[in-house]
Amino acid sequence: MSANALFGQLLLGLINGSFYAMLSLGLSIIFGLLGIINIAQGAFYMLGAFVAWILLTRFGIGYWPALVLAPLAAGLVGVAIERTIIRRIYQLDHLYGLLLTLGIFQVMQGLFVYWYGTAGLSYPYPGALTGGHNIGFMFLPNYRAWVVVASLAVCFGTWYAIERTRLGALLRAATENPTLVRAFGINVPLLVTACFGGGVALAGLAGVLAAPIYQVNPLMGGNIIITVFAVVVIGGLGSVLGSIVTGLALGLLEGLSKVFYPEASSMVIFAMMIVVLMLKPAGLFGAER
Amino acid sequence: MALGRASEARLGAPRTETLYANAGWCAAGIAILIAAPFFVYPLFLIKLLCMALFAVAFNLLIGGGGLLSFGHAAFFGGAAYIAAEAAKVWGLPFEVAVLAGTATATALGWLFGVIAIRRHGLYFAMITLALAQGVYFLALRLPFTHSEDGIQAVPRGRLLGMIDLRSDIAMYCTVAVIFVLGYVFVWRVWRSPFGQVLRAIKDNRQRMISLGYPVDRYALINFVLSAALSGVAGSLKAITLGLATLNDVDWSMSGEVVLMVLLGGMGTLFGPVVGAVITVAMDDYLAGIGVPVPAVIGAIFIVVILVFRRGVVGETLHLMSRFGRGEGSPDAAMTAEAISDRPDGSSR
Repeated sequence: MSANALFGQLLLGLINGSFYAMLSLGLSIIFGLLGIINIAQGAFYMLGAFVAWILLTRFGIGYWPALVLAPLAAGLVGVAIERTIIRRIYQLDHLYGLLLTLGIFQVMQGLFVYWYGTAGLSYPYPGALTGGHNIGFMFLPNYRAWVVVASLAVCFGTWYAIERTRLGALLRAATENPTLVRAFGINVPLLVTACFGGGVALAGLAGVLAAPIYQVNPLMGGNIIITVFAVVVIGGLGSVLGSIVTGLALGLLEGLSKVFYPEASSMVIFAMMIVVLMLKPAGLFGAER
Repeated sequence: MALGRASEARLGAPRTETLYANAGWCAAGIAILIAAPFFVYPLFLIKLLCMALFAVAFNLLIGGGGLLSFGHAAFFGGAAYIAAEAAKVWGLPFEVAVLAGTATATALGWLFGVIAIRRHGLYFAMITLALAQGVYFLALRLPFTHSEDGIQAVPRGRLLGMIDLRSDIAMYCTVAVIFVLGYVFVWRVWRSPFGQVLRAIKDNRQRMISLGYPVDRYALINFVLSAALSGVAGSLKAITLGLATLNDVDWSMSGEVVLMVLLGGMGTLFGPVVGAVITVAMDDYLAGIGVPVPAVIGAIFIVVILVFRRGVVGETLHLMSRFGRGEGSPDAAMTAEAISDRPDGSSR
């Protein structure tokens, strides 16, 4: 086993892990305030990648503007869906939320499969980040290094915004007791919409970051979201830092298993989930509620 | 649906009357099953009955215990693979192959149940989904499943070594009889003391715990029963259509069974059958005219949840109880939804 292959897989694991972290972060923010597990998060990840691809091929708009525009587009679609559809079921059992977002997921994925097929479209690396450096023990492709740095920055930025700013304090307060926060004159429904938009924009951003590494494929969201569910079960919902750490750690674990026993790499997160459920049913960072 | 009403009937209407009504509905159902192959293409009916049985099995879980599983494709598809392998490679006869598939689903159901029943509501749904995805990856990796190709050209064999099942009519009759048995089984489970305990747990879990019922064990048994019956459906599907593929274990299959049951009416006895008829017929029709079927199905999912949560049968029963017999009739209780409408229900 060459060191290059080992670190290459670890890096890929770290990249996957940062996608898991961003998606599960969005899931847990939305769950905290809306009480809904948003399966459609996977579709917004796919949407982010597709918007970037469409911007490039139809309008000639490159990677860097897409990095802002695609999450914005995903967020706006999310806000529209929250306002028109999801809002109607807040008073119902949360399981209906799961089913409803499954329907939204299927509509989005179904339409993109219908329009673009399932073959996968390639998205070029942005010009400034092609090539790579030899850093002694491995060859480090520039783009992959950028993805790790960017997603870590976004994850910890989100953590900071939630835990350390006034907006974050409002968000946490509204999660605890929405009625009381409303009584203080805070527009909680607006906060809820913004929070949903922000959560899905995170998924859209992960989609743009993923586009050059993986192919842009309508099925990319479905494949990742179930793994993210397992990540969320392992980490436990409700802890922002927990989501980030669990996502990264499980990505690395998956990368390691690709080196030592590739056949099991797709199973390792699910096996981990079973172990955690046996030992600590509420998840590593979760509290039983 | 009259069968579904029976469990509530003791509260109001005299029992003999509902017995007659039940007998009438049973006769009507069996007459439809007998008449159907004269009007509709038998192979389509076979597929329909397999899916309907799957929906009935799923409904046993959600209607009985209020647990929403998102992993039932693992039981359906897992059983399909084993039954296909048993019939084709091991050369086992039809009945034994179906039993082998069912046994596989039962074992998987027990395994999933032991792991997932530690959590409720949303977590239960997510855990079953993730476990089923594990089974999907197994099906993708294991050599005998031939990954993308699946197991094809599975022989149907003979029923009890006598009746040649290669004729579609013989196959249809066999599947219809098994379907009726499965349906009656669910009805019996719901009417049994076991079914009453399950309903009580769904209504007030804390109280049942304090009364000393081992609620998790009840939920587990119900889950295993539902998995086993899903396995029967999956085995039948694999052998009758001669095919077990990754589609059968894919999570979209778990979603489809949820939709069938939701569309027909969760927790009603007849609802899943109606939901399966609508879904399978729609799949068949839409695939022919070139629209994106999954997107349409997703849209229906959204509409059903927003405006139609009781499903076709549930809404019908609800309307009947409001306009036909006035408020407060015993039927009204039957239309209560399988998942409570209150956000403070036992959803977390």
